[in-house]
Amino acid sequence: MDNEHLDVTKAVAIVENIKEIIDANKEFLTRLDSAIGDADHGINMSRGFAKALEKVRNNQYNDIGAVFKDVAMTLMSTVGGAAGPLYGTFFMRASMKLAGQKEADLTLLAQAFREGLQGVVALGKAQLGDKTMVDALTPAIEALEAAAKQGLPLKEGLKRALDMAEKGMKDTIPLVARKGRASYLGERSAGHQDPGATSSYLILKAICEALGV
Amino acid sequence: MKKLINDVEKVVEESLSGLVKAHADLIKLHPSARAVLRVDSPKEKVAVISGGGSGHEPMHTGYVGYGMLDAACPGEIFTSPTPDQMYEAAKAVNGGKGILFIVKNYSGDIMNFQMAADMLAAEGIPVEQVVINDDVAVENSLYTAGRRGVGGTVLAEKIVGAKAEEGGSLEEVKSLCERVNANVRSMGMALTPCTVPAAGKPTFELGPDEIEIGIGIHGEPGRHRMKLKPAREIVEMLATPIVDDLPFKAGDEVLAFVNGMGGTPLSELYIVYNDLSDFLEKKGIKIVRNLVGNYITSLEMQGCSITLLRLDDEMKRLWDAPVCTPGLRWGM
Repeated sequence: MDNEHLDVTKAVAIVENIKEIIDANKEFLTRLDSAIGDADHGINMSRGFAKALEKVRNNQYNDIGAVFKDVAMTLMSTVGGAAGPLYGTFFMRASMKLAGQKEADLTLLAQAFREGLQGVVALGKAQLGDKTMVDALTPAIEALEAAAKQGLPLKEGLKRALDMAEKGMKDTIPLVARKGRASYLGERSAGHQDPGATSSYLILKAICEALGV
Repeated sequence: MKKLINDVEKVVEESLSGLVKAHADLIKLHPSARAVLRVDSPKEKVAVISGGGSGHEPMHTGYVGYGMLDAACPGEIFTSPTPDQMYEAAKAVNGGKGILFIVKNYSGDIMNFQMAADMLAAEGIPVEQVVINDDVAVENSLYTAGRRGVGGTVLAEKIVGAKAEEGGSLEEVKSLCERVNANVRSMGMALTPCTVPAAGKPTFELGPDEIEIGIGIHGEPGRHRMKLKPAREIVEMLATPIVDDLPFKAGDEVLAFVNGMGGTPLSELYIVYNDLSDFLEKKGIKIVRNLVGNYITSLEMQGCSITLLRLDDEMKRLWDAPVCTPGLRWGM
């Protein structure tokens, strides 16, 4: 098995893993969301990735972009809330970068995730430090890009990205929310971990596990 | 959790099914997408469409019908609907005169409606959007997602729907909707939280003698929490920031809307209306139209919201115009 590339089989395994990890953390995400949001994040994400996996399993793919495009379209039409368009856009923009590719190395993966993050920022208008998914994704993707530049192995790059996502997620705890429903809490949102940053970390964790990190 | 349901996964689906069966003379379900349509759509007029999370009934699905909405797209409970719903609803009710989306200011609603608008515009269908943001409880709009759309949405849907019904152009209907939004202010309060069926637990906790002033319609926190007070004092706490914000002045003619959050008896809402009427009279603000009842709810939450709309002659005429929907019906 080639350890330096993401291929179609691994892309499908990623979707399976995300579905499992989101399911296992459904209550946890919902609990985080009920502290500073509207208590539906775990429920909505779980519904979305169950449908995405169903779609991906029922299809044959020749390129990894097509896998993530189906994930994107399914999330957009089943998740709802803010998470649906945001994660839908992340996977859609990433899939455009991966379109037609049978495999992706660390450099291409970093580029695809960067595109995804740019889509999220354009749609949600969140800045770093607003207590959103951007706070987990930004340092993770920066780590991925740095690892690619240094020519590190794929697994090492992903491991560093995951560590940074975890740090970014935990760093949302003291922040005051500036976007989404949590922003209505003002100062009262401080002291709670952001559910969106948490689901972003979990998705990255699922990707890492699917690739044997 | 005690609720009259069969399956938490099917709350929205089964409730919608009952709604269209009960009002088959007015509304129907879209054959494939989750949307409620006027039974006689498409009409040769601007199509007015709204939508948002479920759990606020009768808003929005109960406002589909003559003189109000052409379609409504309900999401899961308290969760914004998805772009394919608005896209399919718009295609189904498009009468060739354009589409107006009335959107409440929540991050999810804004993003999902925007994506639907992009999809329609890509097909050459003229579509405009107006975002309702009337909740004065959100003080620091600069550092938040901005003021939420609450009670003003119901009034906008009625007035704008009447304008579209009488043949207003897309530009006219949109600018009227913006005018309603510019002249309407609201604030709510909760005596108890509510429980989202899929979550199974209350969205927040309030002590037995505590209330939350400035609550949102999804149980989002308000300005502050305090001990229960007499209705008169609560009305003053809600109405003062509303009046000061626009500001409403002596001599203004207003529509006063006292809304129940779902679990408060009508008798208490009339006590609130009575106190509000006294409060406004002292300020010289004239109530020339009113609406009292459960129109934009938060599941079984106990509490109320107050909305004031400064009326002009056109708004008055359009408010009085005939309407025939499951949730609002007069003049026909």
